[in-house]
Amino acid sequence: MTSTFKAPLLSLILLTVLLGTWELFTPAVKSAENMTEYELLMGGASEEARVPPPSAIFVKAFEEISDPFYDNGPNDKGIGIQIAYSLYRVLTGYLMAALIALPVGFLIGMSSLAYKTLDPFIQVLKPISPLAWMPLALFIIQDSEASAIFVIFICSIWPMLINTAFGVANVRNDWVNVARTHELGNLRTALTVILPAAAPTIITGMRISIGIAWLVIVAAEMLVGGTGIGYYVWNEWNNLDLTSVIFSIMVIGVVGMLLDRFFASVQSAVEYQE
Amino acid sequence: MESSKDTLLEIQNLTRRYPSPDGDEPLTVFENASFEIKKGEFVCIIGHSGCGKSTILNVLAGLDTATSGAVIMDGQEVNGPSLDRGVVFQNYSLLPWMSALKNVMFGVKARFPKWTRKQVRDHSYKHLKMVGLGEGAELRKPSQLSGGMRQRVSIARAFAIQPKLLLLDEPFGALDALTRGTIQDELIRVWSGSDQTVFMITHDVDEAILLADRILLMSNGPYATVAESVEIDIPRPRKRADIIHHPAYYTIRNHLVEFLTTRSKLIAEQYDSTSDTRNTRPISVRPGLSTEDSKADTDDAPSFTNDLSVETDSPTLNIATGH
Repeated sequence: MTSTFKAPLLSLILLTVLLGTWELFTPAVKSAENMTEYELLMGGASEEARVPPPSAIFVKAFEEISDPFYDNGPNDKGIGIQIAYSLYRVLTGYLMAALIALPVGFLIGMSSLAYKTLDPFIQVLKPISPLAWMPLALFIIQDSEASAIFVIFICSIWPMLINTAFGVANVRNDWVNVARTHELGNLRTALTVILPAAAPTIITGMRISIGIAWLVIVAAEMLVGGTGIGYYVWNEWNNLDLTSVIFSIMVIGVVGMLLDRFFASVQSAVEYQE
Repeated sequence: MESSKDTLLEIQNLTRRYPSPDGDEPLTVFENASFEIKKGEFVCIIGHSGCGKSTILNVLAGLDTATSGAVIMDGQEVNGPSLDRGVVFQNYSLLPWMSALKNVMFGVKARFPKWTRKQVRDHSYKHLKMVGLGEGAELRKPSQLSGGMRQRVSIARAFAIQPKLLLLDEPFGALDALTRGTIQDELIRVWSGSDQTVFMITHDVDEAILLADRILLMSNGPYATVAESVEIDIPRPRKRADIIHHPAYYTIRNHLVEFLTTRSKLIAEQYDSTSDTRNTRPISVRPGLSTEDSKADTDDAPSFTNDLSVETDSPTLNIATGH
């Protein structure tokens, strides 16, 4: 058996063991028929809050995924709708960040004057937790939706900016000389030599940024509320529906992985070997 | 020697100094290097590391600037890089994300912006074929090609843009001896079919004799200069296998080796920076000819012949080096 099969098989065994242990050590939940009316009103969890077993989560996941886009008012929307809201915010903020970070990063990478001028600002702004911007954003923008997008913008701009600048500044001098000896203008040099040469580094920055943006959107939506996967997690916690909480945690992980896979495939497309 | 009509390139008193970091006297790599290159000529330059050969080539390419002196090509001062001067670097300088063909097309497109895509492609492919690449090899990326094949692509790109002057910076330095031999043959073949002027740096004496019409010898740095210009009086076409049997081959070879092992150092030691009366023109030498022939050939530049016994302490040499 080759190792291409071994690793997935071991992963599967590990998963089974973990879920099995979890299932076995979870005490059985009282069935709803045997509950008192009081217990039913309290969601059946008044006496002992317990982490639900994996089987309950699978059932929940099946229910949610088989009808992801239902909309029963503000507090009861399908998981697909919540994810769509979150993705919309992440992608809007992220694209706006890219529109600024890529050209500015190019500029910083190509001109040491621009680098030295902007570096102190970047150094101070970069370590600020994106959520620290939230109150200021809410006050200035006066719109919770736009504030969430702004927070995504501000957190995803730095890795893209820094990686673009780094990639552009470190393009091999030989390649720039190839452009120079072929009398290419600045714009054509940037597009035909520097951009492809720096692309792997730039895409790495974009990949880091989308990862951070996806981390931050959950927290941001817990704060601004209303819609989105972050709000969904918090709302289900308030409902004491731990099954939904765990299910949505899994969904966050899977969507984050898909975003990362996408950038990984872009990365391998622009990768080159020296 | 005033420049005649067939002179393509004139280098006048080229000097390069690097400022010292602690404010001391600047480091002078080479000083008053002067020589010219005729149209269609193949000139090699040899010298020890640190004598500034690469700097001279980069100045000719327009990628570097000299501290003083001038480079004049076709009556115009060289000022920045140009498609009229094609460069092949030792490390190939191919763009790694493009196939071999695309790399050549990159140059051709820059040179002939009005050509159609098909014209660019056909012209590029023709030049790749000339250096023996084709049948699918042109679609590979540089990382999938051997060192020799990569350098062939570089040479194809340089010839395809048809520059007035082709600059080769130790193009075969990183290749093994066998590959080097075949590519040398290819370079001769491609060059013979063109009227291309070539200026090439090499460390390999045999390679220089095989390829060059004339070899410039540089003394050791600092304060290096172009000390001698050695004419290679071996008729073309030359073949690697036959050239060693030519009577002049070892006379020329010994002359070059003797310069590199002894005199390049001697000239550097004899040099006194406070009283530089050094002739800025290299002495023209024709070790491949007999004494009578070379006298007939002598013009205003001081010259001496292949009589090696006279050479090391020749009065001509001493005058030329400022003693």
